[in-house]
Amino acid sequence: MTALLSARDVTMKFGGLTAVNQVSLDVAPGEIVGLIGPNGAGKTTFFNCLTGMYQPTSGEVEFDGQLLPPKPRRVAMAGVARTFQNIRLFQNMTALENVMVGRYARTGTNAIDAVFRLPRHRREETETRRIAEEWLDFVGLGEAADLLSRNMPYGDQRRLEIARALALEPKLLLLDEPTAGMNPQETREAEELITRIRGLGMAILVIEHDMRFIFSLCDRVACLVRGAVLIDGAPETVQNDPRVIEAYIGTPVDVAPSADGEGDSDA
Amino acid sequence: MNDTGSLVTLAPDSSGPAPTGERWIRFAKPARWIAIAGAVGVLAAPFMAWAYRPDALDDVSFWGEPSPLQWFAFALGLLLLGCLVAPFVIKPRPGRRPRRLLAFNRGAKAAASGSLVYFAVASAAIVLELGGLVALEPGAWAGLAGALVATVATRALPEGHDPRLQFLNTPAWGQILGIVGAVALVLFAAAYGLGQDGASTFVTFGVLCGVGVYVAARVGVMGWLSAAAARNRRALVLAAFAVAFLFPMTQDGSDANMSIAVGVLIFAATAMGLNIVVGLAGLLDLGYIAFLGAGAFTAAILSRSAFATLGWSPPFPVVVLISGTVAAILGLIIGSPTLRVSGDYLAIVTLAFGEIFRITMNNLDGVDGPNLTRGSNGIPAIPDLELFGFDFGESHMILGVQIGRFANYYWLMLLVLALIILVFTNLNHSRIGRGWVAIREDERAAEAMGVNVFGLKLLAFAGGAFLAGIAGAVKAHVDVSVTPDQYIFMESAFLVAGIVLGGMGTVGGVLIGASILKLLPEKLRFFEDYRLLMFGVLLVVMMRFRPEGLMPDERRQLEFHADDDELAEEIGENIEAHVIPSLAGAPEPDLKGDDA
Repeated sequence: MTALLSARDVTMKFGGLTAVNQVSLDVAPGEIVGLIGPNGAGKTTFFNCLTGMYQPTSGEVEFDGQLLPPKPRRVAMAGVARTFQNIRLFQNMTALENVMVGRYARTGTNAIDAVFRLPRHRREETETRRIAEEWLDFVGLGEAADLLSRNMPYGDQRRLEIARALALEPKLLLLDEPTAGMNPQETREAEELITRIRGLGMAILVIEHDMRFIFSLCDRVACLVRGAVLIDGAPETVQNDPRVIEAYIGTPVDVAPSADGEGDSDA
Repeated sequence: MNDTGSLVTLAPDSSGPAPTGERWIRFAKPARWIAIAGAVGVLAAPFMAWAYRPDALDDVSFWGEPSPLQWFAFALGLLLLGCLVAPFVIKPRPGRRPRRLLAFNRGAKAAASGSLVYFAVASAAIVLELGGLVALEPGAWAGLAGALVATVATRALPEGHDPRLQFLNTPAWGQILGIVGAVALVLFAAAYGLGQDGASTFVTFGVLCGVGVYVAARVGVMGWLSAAAARNRRALVLAAFAVAFLFPMTQDGSDANMSIAVGVLIFAATAMGLNIVVGLAGLLDLGYIAFLGAGAFTAAILSRSAFATLGWSPPFPVVVLISGTVAAILGLIIGSPTLRVSGDYLAIVTLAFGEIFRITMNNLDGVDGPNLTRGSNGIPAIPDLELFGFDFGESHMILGVQIGRFANYYWLMLLVLALIILVFTNLNHSRIGRGWVAIREDERAAEAMGVNVFGLKLLAFAGGAFLAGIAGAVKAHVDVSVTPDQYIFMESAFLVAGIVLGGMGTVGGVLIGASILKLLPEKLRFFEDYRLLMFGVLLVVMMRFRPEGLMPDERRQLEFHADDDELAEEIGENIEAHVIPSLAGAPEPDLKGDDA
């Protein structure tokens, strides 16, 4: 099986600091891969390297058989959409308009079409609106189409950001902490939403700190520690790996209390 | 059962007229009568002399024969009295819920303080013009006193309910009639205001217009109008253009006001082009006037003027296209290297570009460079346009009305402005416009969504420049001569100020903002020296009280007043419908249990 996304030895250095160190990661079509790791492990930096926001110091990213250039726009057009750790919606646009922007790369109306309202413009505009409404319905925000995104509740903003990314019709969706700051109810809804997205056949790479979320959802989990991949494997394997536990909560004095500690932090 | 019973008895109290914090409510009854007395004073004032000598305002020195300004005061008084008396006259039919279409108490408060401002400004004008308080005759004092009494007394009236006029089911023809009436009123006000030669009369009339709009807004008429306008956008646009088109007809062939009007239109057209750059794409351009200049110089060089340096003069439509293209190319040249910076840095770079343009035009004089613009002398004696046998320099009789040179250009400029507005709105409501706004809101997120950030920024720059270039081509012919010192930084600053004043990214707002900024200095020659000071004050005041501009985008209004109570109420229903389900958790079943 060929990988949809394959990052090879991606390294990102900021001056003397190596934020991402020779990370290789594959995502197969339709697969949900979790990316975990303590704060500062370089997860978001790795995301930024994948999406062209940073130009990796070395290494390359191949997507769908082609090398991804370090240009966010080209990456998006190739079919990789992302959300952001701290929500980055277009605050003063309505929910619907936000999703319609997500269609930008999939439409081709140019200034001339728009100025003279040529048939292509009108056709595409209706089409864009229809698709955007569908995605809003898909994430359960159909009623909120005309609200300014800045006035929406936090959980809805997260879902709107996902809808905006989905409107790009990506083959791979990168989610950067989709449940951060959510209450248990909202987390459950997000989990359900991501399962439904998987049902569409999209591959998902998700950064998350909520371990229950990660281990119940992902086909595979990679753990990043200090910029390098510590382990990459099935959820059970990663979950029980002592190095992962150590990376998160430190070296145990003896094994039994650390297992308890893990249970507490999860609850 | 008991619970529901207590709810019913509570209901009338909670909907009663006493919001917390209004301490003077218990005096509401006597206050209304005192205010009525004040209103009578305001009504009586116009029939008395206001000034000692006739040369203040529009001659307010007669007893019993009100001048127009005094009639306006009378109208204000009627408005005030009407709002005060209305509750006695309009009673809900027994057994029916009151309809509460108009907020009379709010209207009374607004009319009272409006009258006070009106009389204060008029009196101040008289005092200033005639030299001292002695010049004030009883009429002015009576008006001031009446308005003051009414203002103080109306403070004790309760704020009352929100006007519900905009929810009234009006037939479509009624709405359109309302729009046409309002637009006709604007035409009358514009024609009357521009017809006033005395600066003080003009200012007093301007104050009256402001007061009128304010009262209409408080009473609820504005709400109805804007609702009607939103539903009949096409009718509004048509009516507005019809009025703008008819305006020269009201001027009796006089060119004095038409030359101002043409100036306003050119300024507004340029501001509308800049609105793409600043309002939509969010790129602060402080050198935009250079593009207008580029268009003007191109048109001048290609004109039939004896001083034109190229000796090639194609027909005007071609010149317009060339002017726009030259400006657009300049936009690309300045844009492609500088659009990688943004915000303040871009502002500085564009500011410098504006200066470079002016200095370059000064230097293309045959001494320091090729002789293209004749340096600081510029290109004078640009002949009038002649399009399809229509000579723009001549007076024409149209429908029995004399239409002078500036009126001809006014119509041409109106056409250009209409085209520019069309381009603006069509772009705004397209993929391109959404891309621009997305860039303004969050550049990196837009890029991650596949928006071509650099290309769109460049398009905004070049497109805006193209539109300014077109306006410049007409301006060259209107102004007769084109010199570099017409295109100084101050003009760019005024353009940006006009956009901010009116409301960034809107059409109506920018038109109004640009008109105000261009019109006031023309009519108020006497404060020429204080012009910049006044604009500075105006902008500071605007930023404090209405940062979203006079006629903001709905988006912008929410952006700046997100925690405002009234607005929050308006959007409250939406949000409530939305927040509550997502908060729905454990308490829900409990409440239901109580209800049952």
